[in-house]
Amino acid sequence: MTVISRDDVQHLAQLSSLQLTDDELDSLQTDIGNILGYIEQLGELDTTGVEPTYQVTGLENVWRDDAVISTDVTREQMLALSTESANNQVKVPKVL
Amino acid sequence: MSRISDIVDRIKSGESSARSEVENALQRATSTDEYHALLSVTAERALERADAIDARIKNGEDVGRLAGVPFVAKDNFLAFGAPTTAASRMLEKFDAPLQATAVEKLEQQGAICIGKANLDAFAHGGSTENSAFGPTKNAFDQTKVAGGSSGGSAVVTALDVVSFALGTDTGGSIRQPASFNGVVGVKPTYGMVSRYGVVAMASSTDTIGCFTKDIADAELVMDIMSGRDVNDMTTLPDFFSPLDELKPGQKIGIIKESMTDAVDGEVQDKVNGYVEKLRAAGHTVDEVSLPIVKYALAMYYIIVPAEVSSNLARYDGIRYGHRAEGVQTLAELYGRTRDEGFVTENKRRIMIGSYVLSSGYFDAYYLQAQKARTLLIDAYEDLFKTYDVLLTPVAPTPAFGLGENTADPIKMYLADIMTVPPSLAGLPAISVPAGATSAGLPIGVQLIGQRRTDANLLALAKSVEGK
Repeated sequence: MTVISRDDVQHLAQLSSLQLTDDELDSLQTDIGNILGYIEQLGELDTTGVEPTYQVTGLENVWRDDAVISTDVTREQMLALSTESANNQVKVPKVL
Repeated sequence: MSRISDIVDRIKSGESSARSEVENALQRATSTDEYHALLSVTAERALERADAIDARIKNGEDVGRLAGVPFVAKDNFLAFGAPTTAASRMLEKFDAPLQATAVEKLEQQGAICIGKANLDAFAHGGSTENSAFGPTKNAFDQTKVAGGSSGGSAVVTALDVVSFALGTDTGGSIRQPASFNGVVGVKPTYGMVSRYGVVAMASSTDTIGCFTKDIADAELVMDIMSGRDVNDMTTLPDFFSPLDELKPGQKIGIIKESMTDAVDGEVQDKVNGYVEKLRAAGHTVDEVSLPIVKYALAMYYIIVPAEVSSNLARYDGIRYGHRAEGVQTLAELYGRTRDEGFVTENKRRIMIGSYVLSSGYFDAYYLQAQKARTLLIDAYEDLFKTYDVLLTPVAPTPAFGLGENTADPIKMYLADIMTVPPSLAGLPAISVPAGATSAGLPIGVQLIGQRRTDANLLALAKSVEGK
């Protein structure tokens, strides 16, 4: 059984860009431990020499022309979806 | 109770109008408010569309196969007239700038969307209790869950608010609530219906389908929605067309691993009753074995969280959706936005996904699950060499109590144990009403077919419908 420490959960939260509260960290530590405990049973299955399946209908790469497809959606509409915009651009907090 | 064809006929004959059908649906939506099946009602746009359709009918125009028929879309379909929330705080105020292809196709045939249905936030769940806006109640017993994640869509169909509703099904999210509310639920072959404009959950198993009162209505809705879409490269060339006639003497296999002691006795009785109906209609039903199915839920809860963690990475508070206030740095903005915008189940799945995809664990979990998936697909292929259709219960129990499973995620996941395996293999599967428990809770039977045999599944269900 995989044991998930509080530090592990904190690390996973960081990988997932989730800033969790202390209470959330506690309950997720329990839940994630239990879920990993459940899915571990898959290790029993012998899959030697078996190819993985990522796509179920046998599709290969689907190509289209490298051309701009026009839509009815305007730049103004797209910008309006953002909480903050200025000068035709989306505004974000300081990066550096 | 109105079926689609009743409504179309009423409007055509002049006995009714699109406006009066929409007003009627809106009135039903209000009078069934206590079930909390709808997150929004798009009355203004619906009535405008109804008047436009009535005017075109008056002019003698052909308005389409669904002219004036009201419907409801699960609130993870982008649609005009109300925000598309995915039942989350993240998208609470998101006004979609475009509509889902499925919604567009239905509107082109004259259908009118009157509202958006409740779901588990981002479709993560099996009871609609993970909605950020509160759960939906079961249509037959308000102390029970609606099922999920498309709980609201199932309940509005069962309560006759509308004759059909749209849902999404990634691991059972149409079939299980259909079973819990006594309506027909269709999950098509992976790739049959475009997912463009639908909030993505797990891209390798997400499908779009419908809830209806009977099979003929389901055939009609799926016929309209199916087909290739340049905006969804995973769509298959259109292969779906309702069958005029079912090939007699279908060979059906009932999967014995789905009828163990872990399954509720009344569920088993109703499933066996349905099997007798199939036999009486001239089909053969044998017991078959699919031993690998016991690992399917473990595969699912590796593969789906992995895809969820990737698909939900886009919710960063920058371009659209919720953005946390009072933050100083970009990292803080991401972290706080996502903590505030997601419900606990979203976070569980994202973090499990991050875990199974991280270096050091990738081979043991994710790669192992994708290999196991190949074995599951091969096992189905073997059975389909002999059988046309496979049969199981839709869920091990009828609808459970509100709050009964919320403290234990694994217990909640087990409600999907019958519906997850066909999803992993991309197979079409439908949920068909098969009676009710002594307490009056509906029970459904699941019919599973080989890929691209959706029409046969529906025709088979039709051959015993109402018998």
